[in-house]
Amino acid sequence: MTKADRNITEDLLRPLLTTSWRFYALVLVLFSIVLLGVGSFGYQVYNGIGVWGLNWPVFWAFDITNFVFWIGISHAGTLISAILRLVNAGWRRPVTRCAEVITAFALMIGAMFPIVHLGRPWLFFWLMPYPSEREIWPNFRSPLVWDFFAISTYLTGSLLFLYLPTIPDFALVRDKTTGFRSKVYGALALGWRGTTRQWHRLESAMQIMAIAIIPVAVSVHTIVSFDFSMAPVPMWHSTIFGPYFVAGAIFSGIAALIIAMAALRKFLHLEQYLHPVHFENLGKLLLMMCLLWGYFVFAERLTTWYGNEASEMAVFWATQQQNFAPLYWTMITCNFIIPLTILSFKKLRTISGCVVASCTVVVGMWLERFLIIVPSLSHKYLPYSWGSYRPRTPEVLLLIATFGAMGLLYTLFSKFVPIISIWELKVGEQPELTEPHETPDEAATLWRTHP
Amino acid sequence: MTAMYGLYGEPGAAQRAFTALRRAGVAEADITVISAEPFEAFEFAERDKSLILFRLAGLGGALGLIFGLLLTTGTERAWPLVTGGMPIVAWWPNLVIIFELTMLGAILTTVVSLLVTARLPTAKRSMYDPEVSDGKVLVGVPLTADRAPDTIRGALNVGGALAVKTADF
Repeated sequence: MTKADRNITEDLLRPLLTTSWRFYALVLVLFSIVLLGVGSFGYQVYNGIGVWGLNWPVFWAFDITNFVFWIGISHAGTLISAILRLVNAGWRRPVTRCAEVITAFALMIGAMFPIVHLGRPWLFFWLMPYPSEREIWPNFRSPLVWDFFAISTYLTGSLLFLYLPTIPDFALVRDKTTGFRSKVYGALALGWRGTTRQWHRLESAMQIMAIAIIPVAVSVHTIVSFDFSMAPVPMWHSTIFGPYFVAGAIFSGIAALIIAMAALRKFLHLEQYLHPVHFENLGKLLLMMCLLWGYFVFAERLTTWYGNEASEMAVFWATQQQNFAPLYWTMITCNFIIPLTILSFKKLRTISGCVVASCTVVVGMWLERFLIIVPSLSHKYLPYSWGSYRPRTPEVLLLIATFGAMGLLYTLFSKFVPIISIWELKVGEQPELTEPHETPDEAATLWRTHP
Repeated sequence: MTAMYGLYGEPGAAQRAFTALRRAGVAEADITVISAEPFEAFEFAERDKSLILFRLAGLGGALGLIFGLLLTTGTERAWPLVTGGMPIVAWWPNLVIIFELTMLGAILTTVVSLLVTARLPTAKRSMYDPEVSDGKVLVGVPLTADRAPDTIRGALNVGGALAVKTADF
């Protein structure tokens, strides 16, 4: 083992093998936040969703905003990781697992919200396609059923995409630990040894998964956008929604990834592995997505304004100049003006700069989801049906708890699983092979494939 | 099974031992090479390359597609509910479900194929040494009646083995 390889193993296994009081403190804080959310959810289940601020005509608000937002954040991981794997970007190695973990947990959090939103969450299984005594099957023509299939496929694919390349690292931890811990990691490693056949099969599987997961990821957010664009509601019924949602999802996903990587770098002391160049490259991607997002917003707004259709203009002006305008312009500032200003200049595209830009993007993208949903529902076709919405404490607590849950799950994961793929990092350190080991004559007699 | 294996500090040495074993008449398929990371640039990694997973993934995708087709059209015909003026078998929405199930079929088949072809999970004791996790590369051969241990040991030492061991698996 080279010195570099030994350092990689030691550095990346350190968080698993040693635990400081800071870890317990952080878990306690995050767990308390999650408990607040659980309490709020219990209160809502006991009293009914009347405890929320939902009222006619706005029946979708915070929970569906959270749903769309977290599904969007989930695009950080598997999609970005799969693209970087397919183009064989060398700098991806320390980034991929950090990203894939975000996908897994963000999807779990996001997928929870349609169930929370049901009001009677214990009946969620009615969404599943199974023959029941009620003789009702889910209607495949409903976008909500498309959501079920898309999110289930993406979650299954993402969990497997995360797990497969972790198997060799589980085997490494198995060999480096003793007792019960070794047994647990041994079970997770599935008896992995690292034969040439196993390595080859794993790499082939990862290639196939990367190819398969990209269209699935795109389809997921397109289908989430269909929840809105299939409805004849002002400013929802738009063909631009699919790509607009996908672009927004990747945008918020990259922002979340940058924040997570910066936190890992700081708290797990991974400065040797998460270099400024990783943030610089992700910052450039974020800048590109910022411009793309701006382009979509402009295209959507200009088309609406030029069409001058009364019901759409009511929503348009509500967001541009009336009661939703403060939120709208905050969104524009957070999603476009601040990131564009910071990320356009190399001098500002530092780790801190990228983190600041990413934080504003996360806030801005949550507002964007909210502003897609609520203004349209509160300004439907006839003015008699107009209304407004104000969130109440249970909804706000639930929103805060989702961030706590993300933080908690991420912290626990990085405590029990190497957050950077050890074997992939080592592969990146391998020197180039310059000379063959046999003479051409020897190779001709020994090898089928290399005469 | 009794096996003899050598541990090597770098993959080049493992490759030399691998070549020496081939020269000594050991069949390629009988030589096990184990490492903590893949070494694609070396010839010992070449022999296991195969496209079987890609083909099986395609097959899994096709099965997923057929399942999606049957699930949607079958359900719609069995419970013919008119929704929003759409036909009973509504192809546009059905394509969404069919697409997802196609991809799910490909993904699940890939994972199952990986597990089967890589012989995972296994609790069976096989040739292995925990020193592999320290970065050593293991090259080993099962000892059979037609293989002289001294010949194998000599071949394993050609590469510059850090240790040559005999063990029962």
